[in-house]
Amino acid sequence: MTAWRLALRLLGRDWRSGELYLLAAALGLTVAAMTAVAAFGDRVESGMQRQGGELIAADLVVDDGYAIPPGFVERARALGLATATTLEFPSVILVGDATQLVQVKAVEAGYPLRGVLRVRSDARGEDAPAPSGPPPGEAWAEARLLPLLGLDDPAGLGAEIALGSTRLRLTQVLTQEPDRGASLIQLAPRLLVNAADIPASGLVTPVSRVRYRLLVAGDPGAVGAFRAWAGVQLPRNAQIIDPEHARPELAGAVAGATRFLRLASLVTLLVAGAAIALASRRLVERQTDAVAVMRCLGAPRHLLTRIFVLRLLALGLGVGLIGAGIGYGAQFGLVALIGDLFAQDLPPPSVAPLFLGLGTGLIALLGFALPPLVQLARVPPLRALRRDLGTPRASVLGSVLAAGLALGLLVWWQAGEAQLAARVLAGVAATLLVLVGAALALIRLAAWVQPRTRGVWRLGLAGLTRRRAAAVLQIAGFGIGVLALLLLAVVRVDLLRAWQAGLPPDAPNRFLINIQPQDLDPLRAFLAGHGLGTPGVLPMIRGRLLRINDHSVDPDAYPDPRAQRLAAREFNLSHAEQPQRDNRVVAGRWWGPGDPADQFSVEEGLARTLGINLGDRLTFWVSGHEVKARVTSLRHVRWDSFNVNFFVVSPPGLLGSEATSHITSLHVPPGAEATMAELQRRFPAVTPLDVDALLGQVRSVMERGAAAVEYVFAFTLVAGLLVMLAGIQATLAQRRGEHAVLRALGARRRDLLAALAVEFTVAGLLAGLLGTACAELTGWMLAGQVFDLDFAFNPSLWALGVLGSAALIGLAGTLASYPLLVRPPLEGLRRGG
Amino acid sequence: MTKNSGTEVARAAGLGKEVEGPAGRLTILHALDLGVKPGEAVAILGASGSGKSTLLGLLAGLDQPSTGEVWLCGQALAGLGEDGRAALRNGRVGFVFQDFQLLPTLTALENVLLPLELGGVRAPEPIARSALGRVGLAERAGHYPRQLSGGEQQRVAIARAFAPSPQILFADEPTGNLDEETGGQVIDLLLGLRNAAGAALVLVTHDPRLAARCDRRLGMRAGRLEPLA
Repeated sequence: MTAWRLALRLLGRDWRSGELYLLAAALGLTVAAMTAVAAFGDRVESGMQRQGGELIAADLVVDDGYAIPPGFVERARALGLATATTLEFPSVILVGDATQLVQVKAVEAGYPLRGVLRVRSDARGEDAPAPSGPPPGEAWAEARLLPLLGLDDPAGLGAEIALGSTRLRLTQVLTQEPDRGASLIQLAPRLLVNAADIPASGLVTPVSRVRYRLLVAGDPGAVGAFRAWAGVQLPRNAQIIDPEHARPELAGAVAGATRFLRLASLVTLLVAGAAIALASRRLVERQTDAVAVMRCLGAPRHLLTRIFVLRLLALGLGVGLIGAGIGYGAQFGLVALIGDLFAQDLPPPSVAPLFLGLGTGLIALLGFALPPLVQLARVPPLRALRRDLGTPRASVLGSVLAAGLALGLLVWWQAGEAQLAARVLAGVAATLLVLVGAALALIRLAAWVQPRTRGVWRLGLAGLTRRRAAAVLQIAGFGIGVLALLLLAVVRVDLLRAWQAGLPPDAPNRFLINIQPQDLDPLRAFLAGHGLGTPGVLPMIRGRLLRINDHSVDPDAYPDPRAQRLAAREFNLSHAEQPQRDNRVVAGRWWGPGDPADQFSVEEGLARTLGINLGDRLTFWVSGHEVKARVTSLRHVRWDSFNVNFFVVSPPGLLGSEATSHITSLHVPPGAEATMAELQRRFPAVTPLDVDALLGQVRSVMERGAAAVEYVFAFTLVAGLLVMLAGIQATLAQRRGEHAVLRALGARRRDLLAALAVEFTVAGLLAGLLGTACAELTGWMLAGQVFDLDFAFNPSLWALGVLGSAALIGLAGTLASYPLLVRPPLEGLRRGG
Repeated sequence: MTKNSGTEVARAAGLGKEVEGPAGRLTILHALDLGVKPGEAVAILGASGSGKSTLLGLLAGLDQPSTGEVWLCGQALAGLGEDGRAALRNGRVGFVFQDFQLLPTLTALENVLLPLELGGVRAPEPIARSALGRVGLAERAGHYPRQLSGGEQQRVAIARAFAPSPQILFADEPTGNLDEETGGQVIDLLLGLRNAAGAALVLVTHDPRLAARCDRRLGMRAGRLEPLA
């Protein structure tokens, strides 16, 4: 009880004296950042869980790239199950001359079997559940589609849209679609129509890229029986999806995104941890005398240790609660930025994130602040008589170990797996080592320059080089903040710019897919007649890779996620006499006239990913039968040319007789929108994909993602400022004495102010140099290793990073130290420095 | 272990202190003997650096001697660890320092409460208020040290020292930071309270007038103790 009473009283008094503000700010910031990210993740995850079985709008789904055999529906109905079929495919709709790519979903009456559709027909009115999908002749659109078509919400409702050859009336805004989540992030907005309207549209032919789904629901026993039957009868390309199997994909994506944000928020913790450690050291220095007196008065060491731990816990709980409250509010910002990418209408967060934030804060506090504070209990009582005994210092090794342990524990907790945690920690340690090493080298350089300067420069640089440890910590901490912010600018702006700059001005900007054989010649004539040239039109055949030599292709057998995806999906195959112009054979040889037809040419990247070698025998499942051939060449493909290209190509003799649609790419100059609308009217089955619009949508998703990460890193920047303040405060007592002596010796206030400005501006300059260099280096490595781009260093980034950091730190540091100069020098002299 | 202390509240026998300095081993105290009886006031006079404060620290158990032994309140310090010595001081030993050593974040009353609470006294506040009243600062109980003058701060420190009714009080240059008049008032108070409480007092000072008011005066020169007239 004595310990608690004293701990709380001392805490209250220390708080009122302002000694704990910095520690509290650093701690509160950490908790706020962690809580915000955790609450965001919690909302998205519980949003998905709430959907439960509704995630697939059924109890069981049979999913296929081809029409599902009628026997499946008959069998389900015979078992007393409700059924509904859906078709999903991309297409372009027309309203007047406006065209827009949409993701069409055609549904039968009865859809959804589980969950509800919700719609509204006016802008402000509440949405209402709809018992079933749209009736024939009507279409329901996602809200974001209306402005894309130039329609007002809701005045645009009632407009007539052309979907292929059919006309539909837009009647409702779709606000909730139960099984939307299963398809993850949709770039194209949803258009929901009735399946009965599809035949008239002419959009679906046996070679169209359509996802067919048979939804079944009913008695669990009957569903089980159907699953058992379907498992045996399942066509090769089809799969059975149940709610448990539907979720991992989405849950995995959400977990990945929130895990990334959580790890990003740990950077805040790391930087704030430096501020916590610095602030704790200062606290120790300021409390040494008090502790010595308490020891004189008979306080045993264990009681003092208990008091410090309790005081720290009480501070952690109090400040942690406030930080968690702020984080709780801050998560609304994250949800506003990216919440709708994952789920609609998110439920409010639970209280679990509050505990996570609080727990993180307490662990961070114990790891970063406890080692210096427990040293306080070791203050010799004799210190009350002899001030020259100094302050006991925590061992560097002990402090680093405690901080490392706390950080390791938190990373492991947030990352959820030991291997990722180890990688993150290794990355953090390496970055810190580089930053600290570079900061040390820069400080040494400044120390070399310092004696060669005069006046305020000499004084200012001395301020930096004499307090070497504080300066290194400060520069490294702020460098991390600068690095975090600039890195996003590099990735978001510079890499995209580099990629776009690499495209020739007449690079294709439209793909025309789903070109039916009968449309080939009229389409060629149309393009030529409208001055759009005579682009090569290539055949496209769908096939799934079954075997490499005698080994079945099992996606789960590949450790690499990209290989898993490639192995699981259908390929677009093609056939050609000659390789395309932007293809280069890097191994083997392309076929010539008279060569055998059973040959494949495989793109080298795909071959590497899936482990395909020259001479291997590949077996594809194409239109209901197997097609086998040997790999006789590997090709390098320039994918960024935006020309149509294929992973696997054969001679015409092998795939020429298969069911084929065609594809082409072309450059449509600005102002040719009317021509494209006309093309859509003449060839309703053809789907034009607007690359610019797709790129715009990709960029928009990227920018929103980056904005979310920046949102989290804003906490890091504030933490960087706190480190700086902590650094200034840690040296405040020393500075006070120095300034008092200098002013007593006749230094003018103006000179001292200038020296302070020099010291902090140079520190900011060095931090900016470090942060910017690291950001550019990372960007350069990403460009070269990951994106295969020529990376141009960005002068404006250097200006922003180096000068911005110098100005910000220079100004903030000088302002924070200014009060020292306002006080009479005698005060500083009396305090004895 | 406790027998040798007899009736003395503090006793040192053959007390020596050596430290490692840049120029080798330095002897600060040379085999001193000293006994302080209950209620007795002993003044130790000496120049700066003569070893007065070191002796005070050793007598109070704030430091450990290189040679010799110390008994405090009837108990030998030799076998006790840091915490054992702290427990021994608790409530039985009071301190007054040259630079007051009040906790800046606590009010005058809270500073006086501190040793009582550390000693686990059940109702400490009336005792603390009474102690403040005795030094004439009942009205300033809610003030922080920085809101008090030097003399007032030292009076709070005296109240803190006497509040737990100690058997012995150690005072290290208690008037060193005060002007003559204030110093005189503080000394009156210190000796007056000491008489009333019956506590022994070990006083380290430069000030011969202050020393003259004690029962016994000892001079410290180069680490050796000698009686003064």
